[in-house]
Amino acid sequence: MTVARFWRKIPQRYNMIGTKCQTCGRHFFPPRTFCPDCRRTGKIVDHKFRGMGTIVTYTVIHTANEQFEAFTPYVLAIVQLDEGPRMTTQIVCRPDEVKIGMRVKSAFRRIATDGESGIIHYGTKFVPINQT
Amino acid sequence: MRDVAVIGIGCTTFGEKWESSFRDLFVEAGALALEDAQLAGEKIDAMYVGNMSAGRFVEQEHIGALIADYAGLATHHIPSTRVEAACASGGLAFRQAVIAVASGMEDIVVAAGVEKMTDVEPGASTDTLTGAADREWEGFVGATFPGLYAMIANDYMHRYPLTREQLAQVAVKNHFNGARNPIAQFQQEISVDTVLKSTLVADPLRLFDCSPITDGAAAVIVAPFERAREFTDTPIKVLASAQASDTITLHDRRDISTLDATVIAGKRALKIARCIHKDIDLVEVHDCFSIAEICAIEDLGFCKKGEAGKLTSDGITALNGDLPVNTSGGLKACGHPVGATGIKQVYEIVQQLRGEADRRQIDGAEIGMTHNVGGTGATVAVHIFGRI
Repeated sequence: MTVARFWRKIPQRYNMIGTKCQTCGRHFFPPRTFCPDCRRTGKIVDHKFRGMGTIVTYTVIHTANEQFEAFTPYVLAIVQLDEGPRMTTQIVCRPDEVKIGMRVKSAFRRIATDGESGIIHYGTKFVPINQT
Repeated sequence: MRDVAVIGIGCTTFGEKWESSFRDLFVEAGALALEDAQLAGEKIDAMYVGNMSAGRFVEQEHIGALIADYAGLATHHIPSTRVEAACASGGLAFRQAVIAVASGMEDIVVAAGVEKMTDVEPGASTDTLTGAADREWEGFVGATFPGLYAMIANDYMHRYPLTREQLAQVAVKNHFNGARNPIAQFQQEISVDTVLKSTLVADPLRLFDCSPITDGAAAVIVAPFERAREFTDTPIKVLASAQASDTITLHDRRDISTLDATVIAGKRALKIARCIHKDIDLVEVHDCFSIAEICAIEDLGFCKKGEAGKLTSDGITALNGDLPVNTSGGLKACGHPVGATGIKQVYEIVQQLRGEADRRQIDGAEIGMTHNVGGTGATVAVHIFGRI
């Protein structure tokens, strides 16, 4: 991924800045600039997500794309954020720890490296919330 | 709208075809289809070709013109158009050809599909296929295609009865069929044990749950039904063509384990064809992964959600069952050259309805269905065919 392409989405990737439709209250992550429900009557504003959510489903990746080969096995999941939207993300935990329904929170982490001398991609992963 | 018929079919063998280039593949499939229709190339009015990613696989774009040129038709200047919808590219190319003929714009139209996938390293081909999902919000964070379907499998198995063995039986059944198909990439039967002992790719999916990387091309020729008997004694009528779309990401779907685009396209197709499920004698579904065949059978409405595992283990979907699914061997055993798959499904159904499927023949097959999926379900094409 080129520098400009990565840099353009830093607010979303680092800080979970999405959007919200003020007309209907629906949240969007990743951000949308057009509300599918309200269409032209929608009013879209930025929204910072709290980064709390629940695992809907998951897998453990054993065979990865080139950029992720060094990280296998790793846990990939779909997380439903408390505000409503779902996102695909890695979960920072052992493969045998992950469960459907597990509560997780966002964390700033390294995602991948573009080859040996390329830029390092940072972004959001999720970590389990310790439940006592 | 005019009725449309398939008057000719052709397909290369599928596999790791080191000796064949991208253009060798589609020229071979096209020549076979023309020969089958006993048609001279200069009679062709237009071409549509399904291709996902020649740009990344062989660094070639502008596929429409290239194919018309190497089909020997450059001096005829026919319209030739590439159609892209990831793994549904072939199904959509076929639909465009049907629309062209049905509308009256063209008479003799070729619908082809081609993919040359083995000229890049396996890591690069996996990465290219990830482009069928959302690159920014799925691929970027480490999702792979097997990984996305594995998340469907885990969601499904959390909610519905489906055992790991039943999932394996999908692949066992498709290899059994592939062993009876001379164009199939894998013509060996396997056991449940073969699947369960194969390498983990994305838990719970193992290597033998996944369709392979394949080179291949397929081509079919469509014409107005009223003219079909000029070319063939066994025209196969296109009873319905339907297409639907959905969110590009898996995580934005209404239901992770239901492909709504399949549900919608399937219902539309049955309505257009004026058919009910019991009328369908066989179906080619998009089994890019074993779990995808389970979801497809249910989402097309052949049984309720949660029942396809039992349908599979009871042998209902086998060659000798009440609803044979993927008689070609499916994507799993026949192979999955992504742009060609949708056309190969038509090739298989036409062979079956003509009674030319040899050791895979379903006796008395009169109506067949194809189901072609792009990505994790963002595009779906469903077609229904009848022997008239």
